Amino acid sequence: MSIIVAEGLVKQFPGEPRPAVAGVSFVVEPGEFIVLLGPSGCGKTTLLKLLNRLYEPTAGRLLIGGVDARGIPVTELRRGIGYAIQQTGLFPHLRVAHNIAVVPRLLGWARPRIEARIDELLALVGLPQSYRSRYPRQLSGGEQQRVGLARALAADPALMLMDEPFGALDAITRSRLQDELLDIQRKLHKTIMFVTHDVEEALRLADRMLVMREGQIVQFATPLTILTRPSDPFVEQLVGAEDALRQLSLMRVGAALTRRSSRAESTSAAATLPPLRLDDDLRTALAQLLSSGGDALPVFEGEREIAQLTLADMRAMLRRSTVAAPTALEPTR
Amino acid sequence: MSYLLKNWPYVGTLLLQHLWLTVSALAIATVIALPTGVLLARAPRLRGPVLGLFGLLYTIPSLSLLVLLIPLLRLGYWPAVVTLVIYAQLVLTRNVVVGLTGIAPAVIEAARGMGMNSWQRLTQVELPLALPLMLAGLRIATLSTIGIATVAAFVNAGGLGTLLFDGVRSSNPEKIVAGAIAVAALAIVANALLRHAELWASRGWGAA
Repeated sequence: MSIIVAEGLVKQFPGEPRPAVAGVSFVVEPGEFIVLLGPSGCGKTTLLKLLNRLYEPTAGRLLIGGVDARGIPVTELRRGIGYAIQQTGLFPHLRVAHNIAVVPRLLGWARPRIEARIDELLALVGLPQSYRSRYPRQLSGGEQQRVGLARALAADPALMLMDEPFGALDAITRSRLQDELLDIQRKLHKTIMFVTHDVEEALRLADRMLVMREGQIVQFATPLTILTRPSDPFVEQLVGAEDALRQLSLMRVGAALTRRSSRAESTSAAATLPPLRLDDDLRTALAQLLSSGGDALPVFEGEREIAQLTLADMRAMLRRSTVAAPTALEPTR
Repeated sequence: MSYLLKNWPYVGTLLLQHLWLTVSALAIATVIALPTGVLLARAPRLRGPVLGLFGLLYTIPSLSLLVLLIPLLRLGYWPAVVTLVIYAQLVLTRNVVVGLTGIAPAVIEAARGMGMNSWQRLTQVELPLALPLMLAGLRIATLSTIGIATVAAFVNAGGLGTLLFDGVRSSNPEKIVAGAIAVAALAIVANALLRHAELWASRGWGAA
């Protein structure tokens, strides 16, 4: 059963010339990582807030977990949906443990269950137990965002809404948290709706990207499809679709190989580089190939060399991706 | 000084009267200011008119307000308390409003997004976060109330103002000094206690 079904959602703010969300319909399946991408004012945050009824739609229908969202008391609906935002919105007067425990307390969990859950979540987001009794202002921005993530996960919601949660972090911290969020999502199979205006972040995280402009969905597809077959010039420009490196970063070595060699061929140049594997991306492979000085790179499966990857393979892959059916080229995740 | 030492039981009684006037007036004022402040924080349109009215009342000289209330409330405790409540209203209410409206919007949004209803939001998030500013308002209101309460003696409400008025009437500077010292001491102690309460309210998490 689809976890989100939106049918013709409209949000018109009083006094605004046009609706912030102008009739959008889409379906999200359980376990998907959806990134809402678009320029400021495109309605992505408004759409997100329609999902937990922080805004009530002017028109349209919304099913969450197969149930009409309007039929559920609003506080109950929200307690069942994780929510994390950019400035973290942590409660400054509550210690970390208490912040994490907010929703479980609202749900009336027993004390021991809450305590155990706090332990579990701190470990999951990589914070030491000693942080339990700290106040948010005693933490760095990245640590605060980890607490925000733990808090959103606290009652184990199937659906998480995240509004530019990493927007205010430095590049290194952001990239580390992105990795950890992907790990967590793989582990827990949450459905995540993630708002960002950062294209790199979107390409990196998304199973599917929902690209918006002026309150409407312009394209809803996988990152690779959006890069290789943008639906219009706006999407093409927004995601930098012409950028071959960006495309390569979403393709796997395994998909580009046309022939496999059964026995090891002699290679010398690549000996100092980390071995290339089937599920490495082609951007990494290209960088290695260029710095190796050779014409081909060995690809390994375990200890065994199974093929040679050449520049021609990559060029062919890029050419194929813009004409062939995109589904055949999706990165495995 | 010698007056103070010789008559300390009398001065002590007046001090207790003064304290009672101050505490009861502030208790009533707080009971009014808290819901009013919460209401004004949620209804921006009412904020200007209501705080403006409190500001207007604040500018009436205390002596004339007391005199104006005599026909309504006679002499004694009540006109004094009503006057003090009216004067404390501006500072108390304004600080409740400032404390509540100064909370970061992200915090309120998170509280809503996590499924707190408006009562839970108020009691678990908004009031605790506004508490330091509300206590700062209470401290300022307490000091001005202690001061204005001296005038209460004029309508026979007792308190340390009695010493001042008697002293002036009987040309006894000793009484005036004793009264002034007692009022100042009360104000200083109250200030220190409430300052501690303010710091306690934001212990650990406050910026200051």
